[in-house]
Amino acid sequence: MNGFSLSRWFGIMLKEFIQLRRDRLTFGMIVGIPIMQLMLFGFAINSDPRHLPTAVVMADPGPFARAYVAAMRNSDYFRIVGTVDARDADSLLDRSQVQFVVTFPPGFHRDLVRGKSPVLLVEADATDPMATGGAISVLNHLGAEVFAPDLPGVQRPGMAAVDLRVHRRYNPEGITAYNVVPGLLGVILTMTMVLMTGLAMTRERERGTFENLLATPATPVEVMTGKIVPYIVIGLVQVTLILLAARWIFQVPMHGSLLVLYAVVLLFIVANLALGITFSSIARNQLQAMQLTFFFFLPSMLLSGFMFPFRGMPEWAQVVGNALPLTHFLVLVRGIMLKGNDMGMLWDQVWPLLLFIAVVLVVGLKTFRRTLD
Amino acid sequence: MTAAPLVIDVEGINKHFGDKHVVKDLSLQVRQGEIFGFLGPNGSGKTTSIRMLCGLLTPDSGRGSCLGLDVLTESAAIKRQVGYMTQKFSLWDDLTIGENLDFVARMFGVAQRREVVARTLDELGLGGRRDQLAGTLSGGWKQRLALAACLQHKPRLLLLDEPTAGVDPKARRDFWEEIHRLSAAGITVLVSTHYMDEAERCHRLAYIAYGALMASGTAHEVVAAQQLSTWSLSGPHLQGLAQTLGDLPGVDLVASFGATLHVSGKDAAALEASLKDFARRKGLTATAVAASLEDAFIYLMQNSQDPFAGGK
Repeated sequence: MNGFSLSRWFGIMLKEFIQLRRDRLTFGMIVGIPIMQLMLFGFAINSDPRHLPTAVVMADPGPFARAYVAAMRNSDYFRIVGTVDARDADSLLDRSQVQFVVTFPPGFHRDLVRGKSPVLLVEADATDPMATGGAISVLNHLGAEVFAPDLPGVQRPGMAAVDLRVHRRYNPEGITAYNVVPGLLGVILTMTMVLMTGLAMTRERERGTFENLLATPATPVEVMTGKIVPYIVIGLVQVTLILLAARWIFQVPMHGSLLVLYAVVLLFIVANLALGITFSSIARNQLQAMQLTFFFFLPSMLLSGFMFPFRGMPEWAQVVGNALPLTHFLVLVRGIMLKGNDMGMLWDQVWPLLLFIAVVLVVGLKTFRRTLD
Repeated sequence: MTAAPLVIDVEGINKHFGDKHVVKDLSLQVRQGEIFGFLGPNGSGKTTSIRMLCGLLTPDSGRGSCLGLDVLTESAAIKRQVGYMTQKFSLWDDLTIGENLDFVARMFGVAQRREVVARTLDELGLGGRRDQLAGTLSGGWKQRLALAACLQHKPRLLLLDEPTAGVDPKARRDFWEEIHRLSAAGITVLVSTHYMDEAERCHRLAYIAYGALMASGTAHEVVAAQQLSTWSLSGPHLQGLAQTLGDLPGVDLVASFGATLHVSGKDAAALEASLKDFARRKGLTATAVAASLEDAFIYLMQNSQDPFAGGK
């Protein structure tokens, strides 16, 4: 009597399809997420980044130095942003404006002609070891290619024309954990903060308790900020746990001020919570809030420079990446922990976060339905 | 009663959701201390109307006041003096009874909150269960808790949206006794319901169908206004006769009432002639009775068109 009924089975399947079609957002995600993944993995991600911004310190502007710089540019790995003096070069590295600083020492030309192998100093921002690897390996044989044709006879076999010295700044041993652990701080905060606030609000709507809340004299600002505070505390606890692990398990250095780091973390938490609240105003139920979070989380992971070098991405992906708070937070955290950045050096990355918060809050408050209509 | 001031006084209130005209030109006057019943079929705009009165929704047009405050511009001040009980239990399942009461009291800024919450718990008889999660309460207790929660800030007006749906008869009776006690204390109550016995417990009624007010007044007035003559038919084999009866001249409405059929119509003479003839042929007894509130409402419901359903 109760065997497998094909028509019953078909009825269940049909109902599932109908419900799936009704849920527009879910349907959009089903189509949107694979397309987004294709775009991100197929086009945006590049683990061998090129066109890395490079500053040149030129103490001896001779023809050989110029030829070398031209060859760097032609290699495609370097984008020469300008010639600066030594002090500015340091600051550019500290503020993550350039990936490399190449220093041509005084007497470079003369030493080269005499076959004395002048020292060519290349300083790399090695916070992300993956970002610099390809470019440095290119430099290794660039010297021979550039100078050999012009220096016949001077070249002795087995002896390089220049003495290339690469300083991997901030992370001389190329330890991946130095880059990943501070990055995880941002990734974990993004995930939990956006998701938790998104769920907190939609849960009220789904259970009908939201109506009760609206019937009280509570104002939208009271509701929003009141609901946010517990999650700020949770975020700070998470950060503290990760920092303790970074210090005692992964031995990640902490060159900057802990206070500045927490201030930046707080700003980042606020940015994510604002987004979570806005998502919860858009989503009609908890499932949709989760989907929206995932939709935001995916590019945050892939385009922010957490998993793959930011500078390796094509222009459009960098534009998208720059709109994500995690991108700026990663530069901030790595800057503070690994480079010892102080407050004054952070502004470049702080204002995009502030702008993000402002835009998202305006959208959120507009969509937050004070009344049920 | 007539001397009492108006607590709700709205005129020509409209509300649209998209292209649906949910409330049409609603006008309503409720006096202080009254128990005002709000009746009408499902989806007739009762909940929307109540939400507009307590400031949860803003009317698209119309004007009116609630507790002397403008419903269009002073919803924040109205909320402070209104107790609103939602159709669905909307306290927090994952908070305890005590925590729920305390939270609601805080939201309304109740003075001497601890004392008020403690007294509310005592009056509910839930003092010993204050640490029980609200979600584990039975339907009747949830309803009592919800009512108690929205009384803590001493509202002058109670808006109750189908408060007794799914509650057993004993709990319903207790609930209505409480409503009458509150009314006697001067609190105005607007309550929506589907139950006729509850409608009859209200001082005055309004019947709303598909967004429009169809009838209002005391139960007696509402019935009288329909000018229905009603006959009660009794006898054997009544079940299959409703369809035939409905086609007789003068018959507008046939409704089962236990073992009898109530047959009503506007045209008293035609109805009487049809029924007497019908009863004689089928061997039934026909007695003239007073039209009940239920007859009046079913008649109203039949004669109002549902614009969204495309027919009646």
